[in-house]
Amino acid sequence: MIEIAITVTACLTLLCSYRVVKGPSVADRAIAIDAINTNVVALGVLYAMHTESHYFVNISLMLAITGFIATAASSRYIKKGEIIE
Amino acid sequence: MIDVLVALGIFFLSLGVIGLIRFSSAMNRMHATSKASTLGVGFTVCAAVVKFYPDGVFLSSILVLLFLFMTAPTGAHMVARATYNSRETENKTLDEFLE
Repeated sequence: MIEIAITVTACLTLLCSYRVVKGPSVADRAIAIDAINTNVVALGVLYAMHTESHYFVNISLMLAITGFIATAASSRYIKKGEIIE
Repeated sequence: MIDVLVALGIFFLSLGVIGLIRFSSAMNRMHATSKASTLGVGFTVCAAVVKFYPDGVFLSSILVLLFLFMTAPTGAHMVARATYNSRETENKTLDEFLE
């Protein structure tokens, strides 16, 4: 069951990259990268359940924190046109 | 129990991705991904909590859930606000241009 879930989640993450490549505006790309990050958090948790190893849960935790910083930086880029001024 | 939670998580994740691909405008896509995907990851992490329960890692899983529920709506709100503000300023400059 968990193998099927990992496969489906990986395919969904790959489908998100369609919006990253094709999205008409910058906001679409930022949203799609946020969705990819959320899916990768789910992938890490599923992989931790598959291998019964504890480290991947902590990796998911760090990804959840780092992805928020990435989203904040992209929203600042949308608003001001630059990240570091 | 674990299988049911994982299946629910996959269902909501796929709903979010279908919404991201099929919806028409940026705000609709944001609506789809920020709610459905967060709920899907929530169910998946709940499955991990059930699986790892006697171990100490389930506390880490609860922490993942907590951080995700705090950061995902905040990030989506920041992107939405930035998009709305930049669109507003574009309209203002266009109006000034018309005058």
